[in-house]
Amino acid sequence: MIELINNIIGNIHSSTPMIRWLVYVMVIVISSVIVLSFALLYEGFATYAERKVAGDIQARIGPNRVGPYGLLQFVADGVKLLLKEDIIPFYADKWLFIIAPYIVFTASFAAFVPLSYSDHVYVANMNVGVLYIIAVSSVVSMAILMGAWGSNNKWSLFGGMRAVAQIVSYEIPIILSLLAAIIIPSSLDMKDIILYQSGGLGIFRWIIFNNPFTLLAFFIYFTAAIAEVNRTPFDIPEAESELVAGYHTEYTGMRFAFFFMAEYGDMFIVSAIAATLFFGGWQIPFINGVAMPLWLRETLQVVVFLTKIFVLIYVMMWIRWTLPRLRVDQLMELCWKYLTPIAFFDLIGASVWVLLFNGKGVYDILSALFVH
Amino acid sequence: MAVVDERFMDLNMGPQHPSTHGVLRLLIKTDGEVVSRVTPYIGYLHRALEKIAERLTYPQFTPFTDRLDYLASMNCNLAYALTVEKLLNIEIPRRAQILRVIMAELNRISSHLIAFGSLSSDMGAFTPFLFGIREREFINDLFEMVCGARLTYNYIRIGGVAQDIPDGFIDKTKEFLDYFPPKIKEYNDLLSYNAIFIKRLANIAVISPEDALDYGVTGPNLRASGIKWDLRREEPYLMYNELDFDIPVGRGEMGRVGDAWDRYMMRIYEMEQSAKIVRQCIDMFQQGDHIAKVPKVLKVPAGEVYVRAENPRGELGFYLISDGSTKPYRLKIRAPSFANLSIVPKLSGGVMIADLVAIIGSLDIILPEIDR
Repeated sequence: MIELINNIIGNIHSSTPMIRWLVYVMVIVISSVIVLSFALLYEGFATYAERKVAGDIQARIGPNRVGPYGLLQFVADGVKLLLKEDIIPFYADKWLFIIAPYIVFTASFAAFVPLSYSDHVYVANMNVGVLYIIAVSSVVSMAILMGAWGSNNKWSLFGGMRAVAQIVSYEIPIILSLLAAIIIPSSLDMKDIILYQSGGLGIFRWIIFNNPFTLLAFFIYFTAAIAEVNRTPFDIPEAESELVAGYHTEYTGMRFAFFFMAEYGDMFIVSAIAATLFFGGWQIPFINGVAMPLWLRETLQVVVFLTKIFVLIYVMMWIRWTLPRLRVDQLMELCWKYLTPIAFFDLIGASVWVLLFNGKGVYDILSALFVH
Repeated sequence: MAVVDERFMDLNMGPQHPSTHGVLRLLIKTDGEVVSRVTPYIGYLHRALEKIAERLTYPQFTPFTDRLDYLASMNCNLAYALTVEKLLNIEIPRRAQILRVIMAELNRISSHLIAFGSLSSDMGAFTPFLFGIREREFINDLFEMVCGARLTYNYIRIGGVAQDIPDGFIDKTKEFLDYFPPKIKEYNDLLSYNAIFIKRLANIAVISPEDALDYGVTGPNLRASGIKWDLRREEPYLMYNELDFDIPVGRGEMGRVGDAWDRYMMRIYEMEQSAKIVRQCIDMFQQGDHIAKVPKVLKVPAGEVYVRAENPRGELGFYLISDGSTKPYRLKIRAPSFANLSIVPKLSGGVMIADLVAIIGSLDIILPEIDR
């Protein structure tokens, strides 16, 4: 997108600063709308996919009434939620109650921005991409607490407290395990990270295969990421059998839907980070894309990137419909007694590996051996 | 004026709460996640069944027993029929006895399936619940064949059973007996030996044998505490003394004897034993009447009698006083869940809210029986 902006601004470089400014704003708005529509469409189909996967695992059919194979179920759900009565509890803190879902959704949506969907398809190429995503998704925990407190409901408050405790704790193993991966390409830029992983048939130079420590880092990251997005077995903030519905107990209609969509947005984000940092992002496996026409290469790259993300999302759904949930103290124990120390050692191990082998991965070392 | 203790927060769990298994209200004093005291409030489902019994003739009250423990209607019918029959002193035809045992044991399986499923969904795993429902459908189909109803059967009547079984029932039951035992292995693989599930239930809410006796805990909950007491063996009724079955007792496989996991596992073991009993009954089948000769206008001789039977949830007892007329003078119902619920306040000092859900789920209480 930035290139697009530069092109347009370059073409009208002779025009006045006012027009350049207008074009810049317009491009930002258009690209936001495109990404927002993509995110909403994805969230719609993700809810459908979740229900179908759940149906498959639970020996039932799942949605199949609205549209072919029930594909339009999310439209029906969306319309239903829009038409629902919007209830704001009388004793709620109205300001906090109303604003919380928007902040949750915005924080979740903002993380879509620095993702690199293909060589040229991205909204903004930030040199601090990974850091930015981690930073904006942390805002979610604050908004959840706002909604939980604003609801003036004890169950909501319990859910909010649990959510904040959980999200804040699990950010530490997430960041540590991501660091173990980031030190290999030595960049926080999503595109740089993906470009580092090119070559090796598009698979063997993935950071997850770089060394044993990055492999371990992926599993730490993925476990902690499931906790970060509050899904089973770590869904204690909204544990329906304990806390009714957790922090969104009092929310109805679209306000509830915003929390709901944010959850699916977060799933996409954590999977996208995993795909980018560990699985080579949009690198097309086995096929050399250099000779292809640009449009085909870009399309293939987007498809490959989304496939990697959806596989990870499927794994999350699969885990959700299989496992029971941990208790709140057991969850904290897992984070502080196991994941965080292991992630620390993993980071040290990965750093030592980089020092010893001068940043080369297992594939590089092996291929160097065979060449000589 | 009551003094408010500011260290604790009052929290109402129920009467509308997903895991109080009906309309139970628990007033919880909590310090954050830790529960300090639990007071159950019951009566939201009170229908004055004992008083209604005084206004109805003996056969007319049978359908009301369906509404005691609606997940085990057959067993409730059976206990009531046994009570009246003891005062009437009539001989039940052999075929009716076999049919009664088959129905009681099938209903025990279906009731335990719900206990298994609801505990699993309380623990956050929703899939096992639907697996349990899937097998329960099979039993419901069988009951529909014999009496047309799928929940409140009103099948076991004073003197025998309402009608003889239809053609094909035996084959379908045999089919179920071949189909069901492998499913128990599936449950164990999916849930019983799941590490998270064990972590949630082992060593939680241990009921010592002394406490179990003091509080009048019966059924699988008593046996989980290591006391081998089963009315089908200790005071055999019908033809249970001719049948070969084991009485599983808690052994503390995953923690201490009488913990929540033991109570859960009793249900799994008992389902296996019930399937074994039904298989033996089918082999013993013989032609004959399905109901004894009972006069149309039933006058029960004056006297007092207390009869108890082993229900899926414990001992269901009927204390009947007859004045020789067509209606009971007084009918006192001893509901197993009532006694089982009484131990909840003792178990739940110092546990966490999530454990409270595990306690209620593992005791497998049912509210219509408690409130009557």
